[in-house]
Amino acid sequence: MKTFRIGGVHPAENKLSAGKAIETLALPKQAVFPLSQHIGAPAAAIVKKGDLVKVGTKIAEAGGFVSAPIFSSVSGKVNKVDSVIDASGYRKPAIFIDVEGDEWEETIDRSTDLVKECNLTPEEIVAKIKDAGIVGMGGACFPTHVKLMPPPGCKAECVIINAVECEPYLTADHRLMLEKADQILVGVSLLMKAAKVTRGYIGIENNKPDAIQLMTEKARNYTGIEVVPLKVKYPQGGEKQLIDAVIGRQVPAPPAIPINVGAVVQNVGTAYAVYEAVMKNKPLFERVVTVTGKSLQNPSNFLTRMGTPMSQLIDAAGGLPADTGKVIGGGPMMGKALVNTEVPICKGSSGVLIMNDKEARRAEPEPCIRCAKCVSACPMGLEPYLLATCSALKDWERVEKEMIMSCIECGSCQFTCPSHRPMLDYIRMGKGKVGGIIRARNAKK
Amino acid sequence: MDLILIAVVSLGAIGLIAAIILYVASKKFAVYEDPRIAQVAEVLPQANCGGCGYPGCSGFAAACVKAGSLEGKLCPVGGQPTMEKVAGILGLEAAASEPKVAVVRCNGTCANRPRVTQYDGVRSCVIANSTYGGETGCTFGCLGCGDCVAACKFDAIRMNPETGLPEVDEEKCTACGACSKACPRAIIEIRPKGKNNRRVYVQCVNKDKGVIARKACAAACIGCGKCVKTCPFEAITLAANLAYIDPAKCKSCRKCEMECPQNAIIAKNFPPRKPKPEGEAAAKPAAPKPSAPKAEAPKAEAPKTEAPKAE
Repeated sequence: MKTFRIGGVHPAENKLSAGKAIETLALPKQAVFPLSQHIGAPAAAIVKKGDLVKVGTKIAEAGGFVSAPIFSSVSGKVNKVDSVIDASGYRKPAIFIDVEGDEWEETIDRSTDLVKECNLTPEEIVAKIKDAGIVGMGGACFPTHVKLMPPPGCKAECVIINAVECEPYLTADHRLMLEKADQILVGVSLLMKAAKVTRGYIGIENNKPDAIQLMTEKARNYTGIEVVPLKVKYPQGGEKQLIDAVIGRQVPAPPAIPINVGAVVQNVGTAYAVYEAVMKNKPLFERVVTVTGKSLQNPSNFLTRMGTPMSQLIDAAGGLPADTGKVIGGGPMMGKALVNTEVPICKGSSGVLIMNDKEARRAEPEPCIRCAKCVSACPMGLEPYLLATCSALKDWERVEKEMIMSCIECGSCQFTCPSHRPMLDYIRMGKGKVGGIIRARNAKK
Repeated sequence: MDLILIAVVSLGAIGLIAAIILYVASKKFAVYEDPRIAQVAEVLPQANCGGCGYPGCSGFAAACVKAGSLEGKLCPVGGQPTMEKVAGILGLEAAASEPKVAVVRCNGTCANRPRVTQYDGVRSCVIANSTYGGETGCTFGCLGCGDCVAACKFDAIRMNPETGLPEVDEEKCTACGACSKACPRAIIEIRPKGKNNRRVYVQCVNKDKGVIARKACAAACIGCGKCVKTCPFEAITLAANLAYIDPAKCKSCRKCEMECPQNAIIAKNFPPRKPKPEGEAAAKPAAPKPSAPKAEAPKAEAPKTEAPKAE
């Protein structure tokens, strides 16, 4: 069975909610929409206090090419345009909407019928994706239309769908595949058409045999789509790791991007969103979110409207356990601890993980024993102990030479370290610093 | 006998040839260095802190000699006396400069700013800052990991374990700006020391709206603008819910300090206000100049002002 070549680790899977069907979460009383839900320029609000909006009304316009518009997920009145603490832990501009009823924009096709026929040209599909505010749903939130418009000199050869869900605990993509297989496959066909390629691969880890079987069966009815079962290994969901695992090509060091080896990688959730946007005229305003944790009474998968506070999801899953130590937005490996549970669900919120006090605590770091476990775990073939030490000593020239910019911040090094050294903390700092130095250097040229 | 002779002659010849080569090389490849660079470097403090903006003291000396003018050049460690010595060597006019000091613009002590979360990552402000807003509700204030302390080469800034905030030792501080650069939140400002070492400044950098700022910290500037209206010299500006006192315009009248409802404006090293009858107290701060010379003595001995109390 295929997998990526270098490094990787095997964290405990803990897919507690894998057997739970997707439930639709009740509407929130107030929905909050941060204006920067994606990588790139923040969106600009186009509504003001007192405006009436419907489900699917555009409330913020894209702030540039690498940006995406934001749509209301509820109907009601705009309460204010203020600021909210989002998953980053900082206060960011946001639109607050008081929910009244549930009235949808007429243009949205709310029927559940499967639509397969599409007569749009690739350019029209990309334009529709752009107008629907679709971004990468795996968590990175990179605007999808940008990925479908390759820079000059590059040509896409295949679309790879990331259905790996290598983060422990999370099951949102898994459930989506089981329940919306056909819609996803139509979405993949649309993405292939938009990228002007004839081959599409869906990479699924073999800890989801039911999804592999179902998708393989259904994919027979679609031309050019192949399901690729993959051996379980973290971080297979990393873009570069997935390309290596599926088509055996390695993306060169930055500034090279996947399109340089002819691959366009999209998340399975994105494929579903593309289907809904292109075929059903439904902009991106809801997504599947896994709410999970060992102490949680009822780990579940919820179809959630954007802007819903995370506290509502936690309450629906049985309430915050008494021994909660950390609430994490995303998975345990790459997710981020949240400052409070009022943080709204955004386009990239794939899960809410509740860790108990014991799990949440970081172990005291001890001296490096030179075991080089981090080196063998690094999926990018870097030397994490060296990058961390040189970053701590502020030797920016050295860390740049040691390819710090190639780090994908997967956390495998820190996970595997027997001395619990906070390597990724230092590497992130170094990456930020070196990134700034490189940008300044390029600006000078 | 022959052996010794051969040895002496041959070694002597080699020595002679080598000497000639060295002599020619030293003449031919001589690099002229202005002797004044060495002279200037000699009077500099050799702290090599980089506070002047040049790579070390020798770099600063070379820049001074090369520039031909001392405009905009200042050794923050040596200050005005050193610059006058440099000016003397170069036969130039030393640019007038005010002595400066590092000022911590955050009063978010443990009492003022309750913790709402717990940070268990690496004790580094830069890393904490990139991770999230910080342990308290204030996403602008001091993170308390002490990057500034590590950056100081003069042992002039220390963490106060009681308040969790850094404190500047004004005697030791050379205003080189290393702490200011190390702070990821730009809390530390290099400000003029002020007349008689007295200065008034806003001890807060929170740009949130008043309600949010006040909720996060009892000593936060809420951007109410009272100080702006009070200031007779137009020294205070309000931008993004935060007041800033321009040290160039401030006459240290301390009217704003009295007016601030949050006690976010700090008057440092002033003598304690004398408890006076209502009417006189209001009139007194308007004319602070006559009272200044009287206050000289108590300042030097016991600078018991409101500021240290607040810390």
